[in-house]
Amino acid sequence: MRAHREWHETLHRCVPYAFLTPAMLLIGTFVLLPMISALLISFSEYNMIEAPRFVGLEQYRRLVSDPFFWNALLNSLLYLLVVVPILTFAPIFLAVLVNRRLPGIAVFRAIYYLPVVTSLVVTGLMWKWVYEENGVLNFILQKLGILDDPIAWLAVADTSLFAVMAVTVWSGMGFYMVIYLAGLQSIPKSLYESADLAGVSRVRQTVFITIPMLQPYIALVAVISSIAAMKVFEEVFIMTNGGPLSQTETLVFFVYQNAFVEFDMGYASAAGIALFVVTLALSMINLMLSRGSPNTGITMYR
Amino acid sequence: MSLIRIVLRYAVLVIVASVFAGPFLWLLSTALKSGAENIFQYPPALIPREATLDNFKRVFEALPFLSYFLNSALVAALAVSCNLMLCSLAAYPLARMSFAGRQGIFLVLISTLMLPFQLLMIPLYTIAVTLGLNNSFLGLVIPHACTAFGIFLMRQAFMAIPHQLEESAHLEGVTRLQIWWHVLLPLVKPTLATLAVFTFVGVWGDFLWPLIIIDDQTRYTLPLGVNKLAGAFGKDWRLVAAGAVLSIVPMMLVFLFTQRFFISGALRGAVKG
Repeated sequence: MRAHREWHETLHRCVPYAFLTPAMLLIGTFVLLPMISALLISFSEYNMIEAPRFVGLEQYRRLVSDPFFWNALLNSLLYLLVVVPILTFAPIFLAVLVNRRLPGIAVFRAIYYLPVVTSLVVTGLMWKWVYEENGVLNFILQKLGILDDPIAWLAVADTSLFAVMAVTVWSGMGFYMVIYLAGLQSIPKSLYESADLAGVSRVRQTVFITIPMLQPYIALVAVISSIAAMKVFEEVFIMTNGGPLSQTETLVFFVYQNAFVEFDMGYASAAGIALFVVTLALSMINLMLSRGSPNTGITMYR
Repeated sequence: MSLIRIVLRYAVLVIVASVFAGPFLWLLSTALKSGAENIFQYPPALIPREATLDNFKRVFEALPFLSYFLNSALVAALAVSCNLMLCSLAAYPLARMSFAGRQGIFLVLISTLMLPFQLLMIPLYTIAVTLGLNNSFLGLVIPHACTAFGIFLMRQAFMAIPHQLEESAHLEGVTRLQIWWHVLLPLVKPTLATLAVFTFVGVWGDFLWPLIIIDDQTRYTLPLGVNKLAGAFGKDWRLVAAGAVLSIVPMMLVFLFTQRFFISGALRGAVKG
């Protein structure tokens, strides 16, 4: 009887682990193991054909003296510097714009969100055509009198990176808009009512009520969008393939090129570790700046 | 709001909408234009002179798009069901049981959210090759089969359910597995739906991982198919546009019917975390 109860108890104690086992097995094999192995590969010479050979810090030494690595790192940081502020603040205005009970407003929300659910391959193709020298963008800009002569946006070194950035902004805007919509709906209506009574203009209400009240969400979006900016790949791959003259090579593109075009796995892994370090540093900075703000796991999906 | 205000607001709404919808309309218009129509004409025409479905027919003649679609659908179905099942299983003890190592396991899970997939993909590729999973549907599913994000989301949902609910069930001698299936899962359906749509979007549009893991063209998913189409028939814009339209239509339909879960998903992720 006693033994039976003890047996029962042991079984009972195993229950939580039984629930966790399938998930932990998968995450262990396909996330944790790769993590350790990425670190190990970064200390070796490995081309997928011969067995990996330990080379110590050689790959990192190569990395530091490779102008293409610095170019990619700088491009990614520039990406961050331009894209993150836009993606952090512009969607606030989109959210304010659609946060009204007006007929048809749901349709507008859906349209603004559409790029988020569209595969980046298609997004890249669409924009590649929009950017063509005889494409729609040049036509519109010329019609509006902003441009005299058409520009081959993606082929000119000065504009290519910014053109790619604009696509990242375009495709991410709706996602952050929805986060801000959630934020707007958490602001007490009474604040606006009393501001209305006091005769405060709508613009001032936005600046002095909406934006301060959204602060935790702004911090959240800054985190998510900066991690997303460090991971840009598809836009580059589809629209420019890193060109012209490596102007649009980002860090992830660099990792991909070295790993799956050059099959220089050790070197690519070292660059991957560098990517990880930058991402981690960004997350830390953001975390410090935004203590006590809502945290999220949604990061994974952008 | 005064009438002028309302008109102004709609004007702004429409202008912004044209920025977001414009490229889609242009894509659709190109796909519908017949070979007789110059797509580079000046000024560019958004409305095709003679709309034709010919380009769509040509897509199926050029590449097996139907099988790409079926591959995408299969991979998405597999990934979504795996992710829902495994995440909600793992989230249950993390949310509602006390056991040794709970905090530790949760911390490890959350910290994996910080790891960029682009770092993991190199060893993941070698592991997949070792396991013989390259060029297979299972290989495509791997990165989506069980995500820390999903576990996190489900844990949040389970934590919001009052504890008395399962205590009474527990006293009646019902097993934990039964409680999980019969009591808890029905209560978190909206979160399951949210996780399902997010997983679906992620898998459907996934490009980098399929690009690496699949060589065999019979295993191509739609994004790989569109990329192949653009590579092989790059100059034939009408054809590529038609393929691109075909590849996003299923996603758009899903989005149309599940919109509210996208909105509530962002709410859930952002507010309750």
